[in-house]
Amino acid sequence: MSTQSTRMAARFMVAPSVIVLFIWMIVPLAMTAYFSFRLYRLLSPDRTGWVGFNNYVWFFNSPDFWLALTNTLLLVGGVLVITVVLGILIALLLDQPVKGQGVLRILVIAPFFVMPPVAASIWENLFMHPQNGLFAAIARGFGAQPILFLENYPMPSVIGIVAWEWLPFATLIFVTALQSLSSEQLEAAEMDGASAFNRFRYIILPHLTRAITVVILIQTIFLLGIFGEIFTTTQGGPGSASTTLPYMIFKQAIVAKDIGRAAAGGIIAVILANIVAYFLMRGIGRHLDA
Amino acid sequence: MGKIQLRQVRKSFGDVHVIPGIDLDIEDGEFVVFVGPSGCGKSTLLRLIAGLEDTTSGVIEIDGNDATHLPPAKRGLAMVFQSYALYPHMTVRKNIAFPLKMAGMSPEEQEKRVERAAKVLNLTNYLDRRPGQLSGGQRQRVAIGRAIVREPAAFLFDEPLSNLDAALRVGMRQEISELHQSLKTTMIYVTHDQVEAMTMADKIVVLNAGNIEQVGSPLTLYHTPKNIFVAGFIGSPRMNLIEGPEAAKHNAHTIGIRPEHIGVGDGPWEGVVGLSEHLGSDSFIKVDVPGLGVINVRAAGELNVHHGDRIKLAPTGKIHRFDDKGLAL
Amino acid sequence: MARAASPRKQLITTLAAWSVALIIFFPVLWMILTSFKTEASAVASPPELLGADWTLDNYAEVWSRSDYPRFFWNSVVISVGSTLLGLAIAIPAAWSMAFVPGKRTKDLLMWMLSTKMMPAVAVMIPIYLLFQWLGIFDTRIGLILALMLMNLPIIIWMLYTYFKEIPGEILEAARMDGASLWNEIVYVLTPMAIPGIASTMLLNVILAWNEAFWTITLTTTKAAPLSAFIASFSAPQGLFYAKLSAASAMAILPILILGWFSQKQLVRGLTFGAVK
Repeated sequence: MSTQSTRMAARFMVAPSVIVLFIWMIVPLAMTAYFSFRLYRLLSPDRTGWVGFNNYVWFFNSPDFWLALTNTLLLVGGVLVITVVLGILIALLLDQPVKGQGVLRILVIAPFFVMPPVAASIWENLFMHPQNGLFAAIARGFGAQPILFLENYPMPSVIGIVAWEWLPFATLIFVTALQSLSSEQLEAAEMDGASAFNRFRYIILPHLTRAITVVILIQTIFLLGIFGEIFTTTQGGPGSASTTLPYMIFKQAIVAKDIGRAAAGGIIAVILANIVAYFLMRGIGRHLDA
Repeated sequence: MGKIQLRQVRKSFGDVHVIPGIDLDIEDGEFVVFVGPSGCGKSTLLRLIAGLEDTTSGVIEIDGNDATHLPPAKRGLAMVFQSYALYPHMTVRKNIAFPLKMAGMSPEEQEKRVERAAKVLNLTNYLDRRPGQLSGGQRQRVAIGRAIVREPAAFLFDEPLSNLDAALRVGMRQEISELHQSLKTTMIYVTHDQVEAMTMADKIVVLNAGNIEQVGSPLTLYHTPKNIFVAGFIGSPRMNLIEGPEAAKHNAHTIGIRPEHIGVGDGPWEGVVGLSEHLGSDSFIKVDVPGLGVINVRAAGELNVHHGDRIKLAPTGKIHRFDDKGLAL
Repeated sequence: MARAASPRKQLITTLAAWSVALIIFFPVLWMILTSFKTEASAVASPPELLGADWTLDNYAEVWSRSDYPRFFWNSVVISVGSTLLGLAIAIPAAWSMAFVPGKRTKDLLMWMLSTKMMPAVAVMIPIYLLFQWLGIFDTRIGLILALMLMNLPIIIWMLYTYFKEIPGEILEAARMDGASLWNEIVYVLTPMAIPGIASTMLLNVILAWNEAFWTITLTTTKAAPLSAFIASFSAPQGLFYAKLSAASAMAILPILILGWFSQKQLVRGLTFGAVK
């Protein structure tokens, strides 16, 4: 509903964003694609040339690759489940008439302000460290052996740290969404004889659909690229136990200095991200209307 | 000056032909009301005149100049929107002065015009408030104030009263009519309410499905509707439309009798009273007459009939006759 | 929920809510406490709280050992700069999408968001080479550009959702009043959207401030912000907990304070404008 000239103006005004984002996406992607078919090792700079799909083949044949793929999906899925479930529970709690709402909210959102390297190093050193961490001290207080979090449970530990970082975001979205639920609806349901659980199941949960969609969409965008937390804590180890796809690419590029293989991994990661994005948009994109 | 002419104006959204082709002349100083059921294209037509939408084809002339491809600002028209569309972050003063500021007028001249408009509209005491602090009627006045300061060739009103409550609506209706009396500027007014159309218009344009059904003064439309659609749309309660043998007696496919043109007491038709509403000044009754269907009757003053009563009716005024295509005979 | 709860129930929910909030906040609290302890006290077992050796030395030492003001200033310039530049590009784009939507507007928006799904590591080498080649490696301009592009989809999306709440009739009124497109955006849209723009700004300053991958990859010294500063304090191997904590506190405190002072806009912003 507008005139030809406003539509022209609209195209003109959206163009800068589209152009810069397209360049930002396509140029590095094209270069990565090019490198992925080349022999390009920083340690032997004079040996170059086309290698076809060798870099890709190396990736698919590497046992680490499938582990990294699993770990990546585990990380994204695990964090999503934890933050959505805990986020809803905490939001229900904060939505009650509670004293000191303002301060409570500040405390709950604080982790969001903590930059990932700091978050990771707090958890690694102050809490999970087997000698000096708080968890070890607590375990010793009970006369138990300290748990070696990062050594024995690297993936759960990383998932826990990342979930802590993203819990405030999920909680806040759910609290905001709950506030827009009319109390009359809940009272009507109560009059109709719905139990607390049924009120949650049939009134509150459907009301939160859009909020859950947003949490999943935004978190997935950020979680697929999680790197810093692993770099700071486990370095992908022990062995490759906590190596994700981004971390595996990083190891190829920086540790093995094989740019060709890293690039092939990058292309695989991009394809994976697109597959996830496709299913995400198809599965939940429709909830974003309205 | 504010003479507006539409020549074969058409508007389509994709395959949907909202306005298949309209010719219309609006004379300078006229108060023209576009009326019709929702979805008839009356708002679209107004937006075409305003320049907020492109015409698909056809020509719009304002004072003899082709304005079809001019942007809204260059047409010299002012518009009052249904939601008033006031700028919530500006005071009333700044709202009213905004079009003047956009026109690059000096601050002194802006101030002079705003003060004058505020006086006309009784807004002088509210100039430093924001729209959020005003009542619905006051917001409406600010929207009108913003329109009149520009001294436009014509005012466009898009259902301006539909957000007001009933009492306020009557008041604002009269204020707009008075404004038209004093400014003598062309006004085009869109509404779905035929009472507004009848009370305010010099000329009513009845629209249906994007086509003009009839153009004429309110009383012309009341007395000599061109077709069943206009007959049914103008007048409240609606005209009684009767088909079958009764219509055949008058040599027509359908006959129409307005509720106020039916007398109660003696007559050829007999039926049972269904609903009866007594307002004191008027009485509205629905009578189920076998063979004719439910007949609406409007009688002045009090009428002592009630639900279940058996009464006789007779036509007392004009009987409108229509052919099988719905056109007046 | 408007209904008054019984005092007993209210006490229980209050206690529960506070416990949960404190558990979530505890790691930050513990870090700040540790930053004021001596190194010995920081690693003492059992952990010391009331009886700890309190000191400000850690801050003094971190301050003297590194050029904190430079890192801090770089962080400010980069996060604020990238946000402002992003807003300048995003406001017109969001205007278009919100007020002149076409059939493909939604797809365009989803495409923009999907560019963010590309793992940064995957394109690290090309970006690194490109930045070297363009001469913007380890410059603030380079980082402003990189972080702007990284956050642009989020900025556009947030503004789009805020703009959609503004009735189109008001912009049409401005057009009827003779406002050019520029005037329409400057005098009508932007002032009306100030709360939304403020929230967007705040969230993106935080996202840019906390960005650690590109800031570390694309800088060495000159343009390095606080996220790079903190990386240089990592891996302390036991004996430098207090100093690590002090450095961490110095890295996150500016943004923590900013957030606490602008809670209302921030809470709105943190929901990415996606729920009301």
